[in-house]
Amino acid sequence: MYSEKVMENFKHPKNQGEIKDADGVGEVGNPVCGDIMKITIKIKDNKIEDIKFKTFGCAAAIATSSMITELAKGKTLEEAKNITQKDVSDSLDGLPPIKEHCSNLASEGLNKAIDNYKMKKKE
Amino acid sequence: MTAKTTIYLDNSATTEIHPKVKDAILPYLEDLYGNPSSLHAKGQEAKKAVKTARKQVANLIDADEDEIIFTGSGTESNNLALKGIASKNKNRKNHIITTKIEHKSILNSARWLEREGFKVTYLDVDENGTVNLEQLKKEIRPETILVSVMFANNEMGTIQPIKEIGELLKDKDIYFHTDAVQAIGKQPIDTKGLNIDLLTLSGHKIHAPKGIGALYIKKGTEIDPLIHGGGQEQDLRSGTENVPGIVGLGKAAEIAKDNLESNIDHLRLLGDKLEKEIFKNIPDLILNGHPDNRIPGNVNISFKYVEGESIMLMLDCEGICVSTGSACTSKSLKPSYVLDAMGKEIVYMHGSIRFSIGTFNTEEEIDTVIQKLPKIIKDLRTLSPLYNEKEFKKK
Repeated sequence: MYSEKVMENFKHPKNQGEIKDADGVGEVGNPVCGDIMKITIKIKDNKIEDIKFKTFGCAAAIATSSMITELAKGKTLEEAKNITQKDVSDSLDGLPPIKEHCSNLASEGLNKAIDNYKMKKKE
Repeated sequence: MTAKTTIYLDNSATTEIHPKVKDAILPYLEDLYGNPSSLHAKGQEAKKAVKTARKQVANLIDADEDEIIFTGSGTESNNLALKGIASKNKNRKNHIITTKIEHKSILNSARWLEREGFKVTYLDVDENGTVNLEQLKKEIRPETILVSVMFANNEMGTIQPIKEIGELLKDKDIYFHTDAVQAIGKQPIDTKGLNIDLLTLSGHKIHAPKGIGALYIKKGTEIDPLIHGGGQEQDLRSGTENVPGIVGLGKAAEIAKDNLESNIDHLRLLGDKLEKEIFKNIPDLILNGHPDNRIPGNVNISFKYVEGESIMLMLDCEGICVSTGSACTSKSLKPSYVLDAMGKEIVYMHGSIRFSIGTFNTEEEIDTVIQKLPKIIKDLRTLSPLYNEKEFKKK
């Protein structure tokens, strides 16, 4: 059902955890749908210096979370914002159609974390 | 990466074919290929085999030979029971009672009958998954044709008050059907003593092959067929008999009958150990189903803060096969309707895992699962935002 890449990222997720003094936090999903993602980022010189995730969800949700942190790490905020659902899915060699929403959740989570950082900066 | 050895704890989904069942079937895939309807010797050999199998199945549930109809599956038997009884009585009465936690083959047959103009009542269950007899009594109307309540639930194993329902309906002009697919071989079932009019069973849950089921129909019960044709199976299920499947089901029924008590003891011993040790080693979990009144070997547990598909796949990586009521594994992306009917909290519904132990499981296998599971749950909980920040769920 899942690609090898999905299973690899599910079994050995990268960047799991939570940055304690994060510059931006993005929380998406809800317990009813069964997927909850929390992405924390650390920004330095307009770049994502560090990024971590915590996810409650199925293998696809965990794998997409892991992949988005990999894709976003070291990128400028503009570059990171441009990471699409498709980028995440393609990097995992695709997801089953019913699980595509998981990659959407991942890019949404990252976007929220970046927005949160920008909002905090303005304050 | 495939694990070298598999620990199969998904026996409520399907079972391994018993070696003796396989041996019984093989000649019917080779020389004994006759059509039971043929009058020549080749046909008569097959006819005899079908008769023997019918007797074996009847013995398992305390029925008579001519009360057993072979079908293609438990699903077909359930369809035949509901639609066949409804159709036969449609000019007289139009109401059916069943439960919210039946197998989909009952629920979707009932929904189809509703579209055809029948009225259906779906009984509630309590937090243990047991139907409410008082509610059943209240819902019985003069138009009620049939009550269909499963013997034991496929997800969490709760056994229903079949004896009490049989008593209640005994002197009424209402048929009583029970889907006993999950209970066969794990419970003594005496159709006469329990006042059951129709009973569904399936081969592949009791170590026979897939593609064979049976419906017990009490003598004198009038029912319309779903499949019309050459008139096989007392004109209730036309089509040349699946002789190898029937022979396999017969043998499996005989084995189940001969070993009923020891099998129950075996399943109970392993199931109790698994349940006890998981609860001892892992915090924040609940047992789904009745604490005592469940089919032996069915252990359905919800692990809080983690999602069932993840647990299932992590166990699979260790060669352990189980199933989950999680939304993520269902086509609808909705969590188990059974746990929903039992009123379980949503966080628990997503994290349910069913371990269903079978005849061939060993204590060593159970020990391995007990040993591997805590780390899997701990790792997934470490990854879960719900675990450390319990307040998140309140938002």
